[in-house]
Amino acid sequence: MISALIIVFREVIEAGLIVGIVLAATAGVPTRSRYVVLGVGGGVFGACLVAAFAGELAGLFQGSGQEFFNASILLLAVCMLTWHNVWMASHGREMARELKAAGHQVKTGERTLAALAIVVGVAVLREGSEVVLFLYGIAAQGGTSATAMVAGGALGLAAGAGVSALMYFGLLTIPPGKLFQVTSGLITLLAAGMAAQAVIFLQNGGWLEYFTGTVWDTSWLIKEDSVTGRLLHTLVGYSEAPNGAQLIVYVATILAIMVLMRMVNQKQQPARIKHVRAT
Amino acid sequence: MKTPVKFLASAFVIAAAPALLSVASARADATIAVTLKNHKFSPSVIKVKANQPSMIVLSNDDDTADEFDSSSLKVEKVVPGHQKGNVRLRALAPGKYPFMGEYHAATAQGVVVAE
Repeated sequence: MISALIIVFREVIEAGLIVGIVLAATAGVPTRSRYVVLGVGGGVFGACLVAAFAGELAGLFQGSGQEFFNASILLLAVCMLTWHNVWMASHGREMARELKAAGHQVKTGERTLAALAIVVGVAVLREGSEVVLFLYGIAAQGGTSATAMVAGGALGLAAGAGVSALMYFGLLTIPPGKLFQVTSGLITLLAAGMAAQAVIFLQNGGWLEYFTGTVWDTSWLIKEDSVTGRLLHTLVGYSEAPNGAQLIVYVATILAIMVLMRMVNQKQQPARIKHVRAT
Repeated sequence: MKTPVKFLASAFVIAAAPALLSVASARADATIAVTLKNHKFSPSVIKVKANQPSMIVLSNDDDTADEFDSSSLKVEKVVPGHQKGNVRLRALAPGKYPFMGEYHAATAQGVVVAE
């Protein structure tokens, strides 16, 4: 039971942190829970599919199908996180203002919610497929009794959900005016970490094998396997011994998101002034 | 706000293209056969040449899947029961790199030694 608890908790915590951030980033949008539930549900369904077809998936691309699949869905999540941040940079402020007045902007807010639902789905799918394979393995062996396994899994799930709630309510203690800045910062780092992880999967699949040398090693300080290391890995993409390609992509992702956010923000300013004059 | 979507879509395609194109040119590295049976690796100590890429071909002889997992090797690879999985190792600096079968970590432990 303990092993089931630990492994489920370890996987769920990663997805849970991401769900917590997404919930905080969409605080105040009334339809968001529907999208988050959709994302989680889709992720669980996808996780079962991936687990069921793990063999077929692995066989693709000369045995590198799994790596290609992981890299692809991570990059998809990176694109969705980027889009959300860019969209919020151009619409966030008006949205917050108009939400109270009319609420018709909520409809446009749903588009970025769909993007975040995909991010939640990807996170749940990645971690969930491992949980499914692991629990299936235990069940098939019958080493641990089924009830103990279910109990361990359920406890792990509950603990992961608790982390998710902690993240969410922790973020909500930030004053609303600052919350947007904090969540977009967190989402930028989340995206950069995912992009760097995608690079590792591509390298493991035999692609993009450039700059694979280790740049520095901080395993003496924080082990990536430790709880702190895992949390940091999920949140900011911590790697105990990053290689060159990982670092390049990490920094490039942060820069790209910041530049895109600034670009749409500047485009927004003159347009708004014109609009005010016209009315 | 259609433009960022288009931009991101094209960025995604551009990012994925080289990966797709270079599939055929996958290199043939030194391969080491490793077996996982009764949730134990054999050999569990794997020696590789330092500063040279290599590849572990892991045969999972158990009925259920396991995940070759190592943060120091930067590998997470699920190998389903009775299947083989390629685990690519980058050029490693001399040293010890522990790994485990994450789903049976109590018994499935091993180490890659680069020298």
